[in-house]
Amino acid sequence: MKIKPYGDTSNDGKVQLSFTLPIKIGALGMEAAKQLGKQMGLIDPSVVSMEAIGENFSFYIVYGSVTHQIDLSLLKVAEITTPTFDKEAVEKLIADHFDRDLVFIGASTGTDAHTVGIDAIMNMKGYAGHYGLERYAGIKAYNLGSQVPNEVFIREAKRLHADVLLISQTVTQKDVHLKNMVELVELLEAEHMRNDVILVCGGARISHELAKELGYDAGFGPGKFAEDVASFAVLELIRKKNKTKK
Amino acid sequence: MWVLKVRMKMNKLNLDQNMIQDSRRLAKQIAIDVQKFIDQHTTVTVERTVCRLLGIDGVDSFDVPIPNLLVDDVQNNGDLSRGIALTIASALQATGKNLPDFISAYLLGTVKLCGHPYVSCDQVRQILDPYMQVTFAKIKENRDTRDAFLLAYPQPKTEIYVIVATGNIYEDIVQAKAAATAGADIIAVIRSTAQSLLDYVPYGITTEGFGGTYATQANFKLMRAALDEVSKTEKRYIKLVNYASGLCMPEIAAMAAIERLDVLLNDSMYGIIFRDINMQRTFVDQYFSRRINAYSGVVINTGEDNYLTTSDAFTQAHTVLASQFINEQFAYCAGLPSKLMGLGHAFEIDPEIENSFLYEIAQAQMCREIFPQAPLKYMPPTKHITGNIFRAYEQNALFNIATTMTDQSIHLLGMMTEAIHTPFLSDRYLAIQNAKMIKKSMKSFSDEVSYRPDGLICNRAKDVLRQAHELLEEIAQMSLFKALEQGVFADIKRSFTGGKGLTGVLEKHPDYQNPVLDYIEGVSHEN
Repeated sequence: MKIKPYGDTSNDGKVQLSFTLPIKIGALGMEAAKQLGKQMGLIDPSVVSMEAIGENFSFYIVYGSVTHQIDLSLLKVAEITTPTFDKEAVEKLIADHFDRDLVFIGASTGTDAHTVGIDAIMNMKGYAGHYGLERYAGIKAYNLGSQVPNEVFIREAKRLHADVLLISQTVTQKDVHLKNMVELVELLEAEHMRNDVILVCGGARISHELAKELGYDAGFGPGKFAEDVASFAVLELIRKKNKTKK
Repeated sequence: MWVLKVRMKMNKLNLDQNMIQDSRRLAKQIAIDVQKFIDQHTTVTVERTVCRLLGIDGVDSFDVPIPNLLVDDVQNNGDLSRGIALTIASALQATGKNLPDFISAYLLGTVKLCGHPYVSCDQVRQILDPYMQVTFAKIKENRDTRDAFLLAYPQPKTEIYVIVATGNIYEDIVQAKAAATAGADIIAVIRSTAQSLLDYVPYGITTEGFGGTYATQANFKLMRAALDEVSKTEKRYIKLVNYASGLCMPEIAAMAAIERLDVLLNDSMYGIIFRDINMQRTFVDQYFSRRINAYSGVVINTGEDNYLTTSDAFTQAHTVLASQFINEQFAYCAGLPSKLMGLGHAFEIDPEIENSFLYEIAQAQMCREIFPQAPLKYMPPTKHITGNIFRAYEQNALFNIATTMTDQSIHLLGMMTEAIHTPFLSDRYLAIQNAKMIKKSMKSFSDEVSYRPDGLICNRAKDVLRQAHELLEEIAQMSLFKALEQGVFADIKRSFTGGKGLTGVLEKHPDYQNPVLDYIEGVSHEN
């Protein structure tokens, strides 16, 4: 099946975009914005608004129709295929399969100072009505906070005998988060720990696909809560446990 | 008429004045208890600040700041608990050199800093006074320049504050100027991530950083000059902000004083709670930094808004108020007048909660009424921003309305791309347009409305005040040190001896000398 963006009619291909050009506002800027739209593949780009930002910059809002279409049958996406259970079901799973508490440790690692993401998943209170891991029976959750160096994170993982490692990356610049996330995988491999833990990352711009690419077991983007992470991790731990039994 | 208007405005919530007064009494007790500890201690950054205020600046051939070289030297080879001033004055006396010549010779290795016979207390003052008076004259001149600007261009009731954070000071200047021209009154240059954890201040002009730009004295100077230029063309004094938090609080304050910054993030507990800096270290450092701010006329901004990014904004609202009371008392201890206390709070209640906007109004209005003179710093929503920029724009509009309705002073604008990337030029522009439209269309709104005495808003404010009072009672009973160990703020627990920077804390020798601190403590200024 082939698709195009939907404005108000099937296949009209309508999109909106906005951007700033580093020139003074005027007819020249408007034409430049229009031409930019054309070069981006828009038919009939229309500059619906332009405003001056300071002296030497101008801001444009442009509408147009794209000629491109996407053939869905050709796409492949990595999606987490395990189901998400609610908190009680996760707790029951743990109780049924393990005779100990599972240890989750999490941190916003590297230079990232934001704790919003990791707090939403781990803290007692959770986020938007979804309780965090600290509140789960059968889970010992340790939130190490922000700006935790990879070395410290690994040391704590060892000390606490962590089953699941959660890495949060919120706001990053110039892709430092990627470098940092790869470094953690490398360090874990060097310590021969990689296969002993479930390694999960999360953040506003983290996708499952990206996570797999970087060597993580799963990645959780926006709109995911503690139960999504817990369900995945617990099911993986059960799978692993059964595998070693065999 | 004016008095009547002010009184009406300041008493919309009919708050219990006795409870407010008693909260202040408790907060004072809490602060004085810690102040005793502060007065008995010094830290490495306090001593480095003494060096800076004596005019010592620059780096050695390995890029180590000279104040760090000196303080480390005394810590290893002398007695830092007596204060670096004593060692420096003694070295100058013994070598017969003036301070600049001594530093040059010291860097060449031809003179030693430690090991000279100590001079007397009076001699320390006598020897160092000429150097520190040069710096203080410069700071005084900066105050006068700022006052002249503010006289020429009176500031608005609510000032629009935006952030630039490119990592490159020259790029920051382009963005800051564009923002100021678009209507921003205050520009903050966000620091490079993790600078707060460096136990030194980087030196020189910098063009690379992570998530922000290094706070250096040279960068301060460049940005100040650029903003002075815009101030003149815009006929508005554009204020400059940086961050005196982390391990170098007083040093940043000193540099800011010398380069005429106007506002500093300068909380008494932020570093402890959010950067895991040792509490002994932070308390001592915040005191000296605030003393400098009081002398230089810099507005401090406190960081209570951060509590609400980790704790729930609805259930933990009282911790913000309790902390504001404590921050206020610490600021008084450091000689800061109310008009320089930019106490912080935030618009962070989950918008999915029914009537969340009313609770935000209650908190913001309560804060306004309890701290009527303070240039309150009001922070935008960040926690419940989802990545849907259109929804974020709506949340920011609600925040802007709350700001206008409750007469907040420092209005830190929310960005619709919060949590996506550091703001684009256009994000900042759109945010300023949003704020300006609301400010204009609702200009006199706060004069027109009052709140039902038995309504949701008044009752909410009463509850929060009552809970804050209870919390202050608890803290006063156990001491602030213990309260921080128990995690009363932001649900984060910090131990008395844990965290970063403890090795830089020293108990003062009975003969401790700090002529710089003595001077600014003694100066009665016309704040």
